[in-house]
Amino acid sequence: MIFGLPVISVTIWLPILFGILVLATGDDKNAPLARLLALVGSVLGCLVTLPLYTGFDTSTSNMQFVEMHDWITRFNIHYHLGVDGISMLFILLNSFFTVIVVLAGWKVIEKKVAQYMAAFLVMSGIVNGVFAALDSILFYVFWEAMLIPMFIIIGVWGGPNRIYATMKFFLYTLLGSLLMLVALIYLYNLSGGSFEILDFHRVAIPMTAQILIFIAFFFAFAVKVPMFPVHTWLPDAHVEAPTGGSVVLAAIMLKVGAYGFLRFSMPITPDASHKLAGVMIALSLIAIVYIGLVALMQSDMKKLVAYSSISHMGFVTLGLFIFNPYGMEGALLQMLSHGFVAGALFLCIGVLYDRVHSRQIADYGGVVNKMPVFAAFFMLFAMANSGLPGTSAFVGEFMVLMGTIKVNFWYAFAAASTLIFGAAYTLWMYKRVIFGAVANHHVEELTDINAREILIMAILAVFVLGMGIYPLPLSEIMHASVNDLLLHVAHSKLPI
Amino acid sequence: MNLLANLIPAAAEIFLLVMVCFILIADLMLSKSGKFLTYLLVQLTLLGCSIITVGTHTNNVVYAFNGMYVDDLMSDVLKMMSYLGMSMVLVYSRQYLMLRGLFTGEFMVLALFALLGMNVMISANHFLTLYLGLELLSLSLYAMVALQRDSAIATEAAMKYFVLGALASGLLLYGMSMLYGATGSLELGAISNAIAHGVQNKSLLVFGLVFILSGLAFKLGVVPFHMWVPDVYHGAPTAMTMLIGSVPKLAAFAFTVRILVEGLQSLEHDWSGMLIILAIASMAIGNLSAIAQTNLKRMFAYSTITHMGFMLLGVISGGIEGYGASMFYTVVYMMMSLGAFGMIMLLSRAGFEADTLNDFKGLNQRSPWLAFMMMLLMLSMAGIPPTVGFYAKFSVLNSIIQTGHTWLAIVAVMFSLIGAFYYLRIIKLMYFDAPESHAPINVGSDTGLLISMNGLGVLFLGLMPGSLMSICAVSVQQSLLLH
Repeated sequence: MIFGLPVISVTIWLPILFGILVLATGDDKNAPLARLLALVGSVLGCLVTLPLYTGFDTSTSNMQFVEMHDWITRFNIHYHLGVDGISMLFILLNSFFTVIVVLAGWKVIEKKVAQYMAAFLVMSGIVNGVFAALDSILFYVFWEAMLIPMFIIIGVWGGPNRIYATMKFFLYTLLGSLLMLVALIYLYNLSGGSFEILDFHRVAIPMTAQILIFIAFFFAFAVKVPMFPVHTWLPDAHVEAPTGGSVVLAAIMLKVGAYGFLRFSMPITPDASHKLAGVMIALSLIAIVYIGLVALMQSDMKKLVAYSSISHMGFVTLGLFIFNPYGMEGALLQMLSHGFVAGALFLCIGVLYDRVHSRQIADYGGVVNKMPVFAAFFMLFAMANSGLPGTSAFVGEFMVLMGTIKVNFWYAFAAASTLIFGAAYTLWMYKRVIFGAVANHHVEELTDINAREILIMAILAVFVLGMGIYPLPLSEIMHASVNDLLLHVAHSKLPI
Repeated sequence: MNLLANLIPAAAEIFLLVMVCFILIADLMLSKSGKFLTYLLVQLTLLGCSIITVGTHTNNVVYAFNGMYVDDLMSDVLKMMSYLGMSMVLVYSRQYLMLRGLFTGEFMVLALFALLGMNVMISANHFLTLYLGLELLSLSLYAMVALQRDSAIATEAAMKYFVLGALASGLLLYGMSMLYGATGSLELGAISNAIAHGVQNKSLLVFGLVFILSGLAFKLGVVPFHMWVPDVYHGAPTAMTMLIGSVPKLAAFAFTVRILVEGLQSLEHDWSGMLIILAIASMAIGNLSAIAQTNLKRMFAYSTITHMGFMLLGVISGGIEGYGASMFYTVVYMMMSLGAFGMIMLLSRAGFEADTLNDFKGLNQRSPWLAFMMMLLMLSMAGIPPTVGFYAKFSVLNSIIQTGHTWLAIVAVMFSLIGAFYYLRIIKLMYFDAPESHAPINVGSDTGLLISMNGLGVLFLGLMPGSLMSICAVSVQQSLLLH
């Protein structure tokens, strides 16, 4: 409870409320006020999530901070919220990144500031809703509502090809969502009139239906992750989105897909998950290896990081579908870590883009001579992206590899190749952009990052290093929920 | 049965008729500048009708005039919605019509006659009453489309509408006569009984059904009887298009379920198959054609076809769930289409129609609030939460899946995906493109308030859809399944 209000509801509605307030400041004459309000809103939004962490009981896998109210009684739909060890950390991550995004867009966004800030605040609330919803229709409402602000963000403040990218993003994700909706309604009728996710976990489902439901969920979640071969929207969306949009896409949006697998696909259709695990693993490995190679060939920095995201998310889905505790906790840690690392890399690219207005690697060279502080931070995040021990990325990847090697040596072998490819594409890009002689007059005119940017980078660096050196508090939170989930998935749900 | 008992169930319609006649005469006495008085009188009439409808409401199904007329919860709810819809049409179109010299007594009288026709249809329990209501509605609409005499395109639309509408009426009458031949009655309850007890000539019955369905499909504007819809929507002055495209859908819904469910429930096996074809074809052709349109009114015409197809899915599923979902869908659709056409009229000026896609370019820069309202309406049409359009789609999908037609649900959502594209395109134009003109948008305080209420209403009902859903389900339950 915060001032007598339920915690989770506050984390959802406070940012949305502030979003509306920011919107009310009107046009760009009031931009400073809009910025200030947005910062206050996002910081408050971040602070109100802290009770989730401090009050969290790590010994149980039950849902905590539960709120339950009737919503649409005719269909037995409830306003049912709660978090467990799987979802809680993502609410924290999301609220934290909203602050970063507001700060990152502070100076860069000059037109329609209020709308920009409001879109991010509203989205922050909605995404918290996605992670906390325990009623599947409530989940679905948040899940789709999330698309609307992102659609606007990419479309209004994005790069030259933004309209193609944002349409593709919206329609691609809508395709998956609609199939999921059909699956949810089917489950509603199967479960005898309940939309509760936790009730769905207990329903016995015949094999054919399980496979069809799994496929419907697969479309919804795989598009968001994104998994090969439905990943093609991501490079477009990432490249065209403004920096803040890319950061949120990478840090948050991709995570909701993997979260969906954990909350829906695996516990609701365990038999189908086991049966189709081979396919999922194969797709994950293709993403890791093939997309890693694709990333190597990119000439656009943002595209490179976008492909690297897909490759890293391959690790997540691999970790999920090998069904052991190492894999799953590794996947969750990898999700968190990737949020920080990819978010930080997009911010770094944003810093360069704001100054030079180019994302092409070829337009840079010798940046270190002009921006030494920036180069140091960029170095850290680049290293983290290649999975250097001591950074957050290492923990997740290492755990997933450990889990995988127990299942099959060759899976692990293929997956481990990312340690080489990842290092190759990230460091090669880093070398071409940062080192060498000053390439042209644009680079010559560069100025190093200012205090605001240093603050953002420093906070992220602390998290990246902190998670890498001492990940125990995080895995403790997940532990009970992950074990419970694995136990649940191990039981067949075929009707007897 | 004494006279009074017969009159009470129809009291609202009788009051409406008296008022229409009064307004018709009173309007002649008023000067051109006194038209506002007529307008006020019309709005007051609508208010009076709604008071009477609420006042005469009983919890029973009441039949009057020897079973020709029925007053039940469904008819009351639909009538209340039609008063609301008509009142909104008049508010939205006042300024638009004044600028075009069409804000005349004839327009308002015809609108009220159309409303009377709709209400008769909604309450009809007999094929003759149904037909009377339908013709009263249709003839008023034909005349309204032709009201702009000097516009060739409007006259053409009126002719098309009239000829095809007359053809549809003919089909309907022919079908009715066959049903009469097969069952010996035109009263829906009696027909239902006769079929349940077995008729000798089944093929006559099915033939009649096919003709009736064709007539219905014409009036609903579903594929393959949809040809008139785009032309009429495009040609008619926007205010008339709004009227045609919104409120009569309520009557069309009532008309459909009264005939198919109350009268011909025993033939469900025959008609549901036909409706499946109509529904899928409408969703396919409607959505695909809408993508190619550059004129907004034409686009909405195709979108109507799609929505009517979707609404039929609920009728196909049947039961409280199905009919309730269809009714909910129709009411929601009325609200959304009122808002959408209202927006077109708001952006229009004297001598300028904002009815192409390009007119919506950069609306966010010209008026962020209007753009936001339009975005809500478009998202609702596309069925994206948190707007009410989502729940309309959701309840229909739920009813289909419940009856085991999961494949049909998948077909429907795939077409919704295609549909989402052209609604998104409008949002894209408003938010991502630069405006083509910077002409100031003159929004009257009444229309401005109404469009805000309309847009926010779509959002609010999207957050709290429960009560409207329940009302629809309860009224369908009380009216259709308890006798």
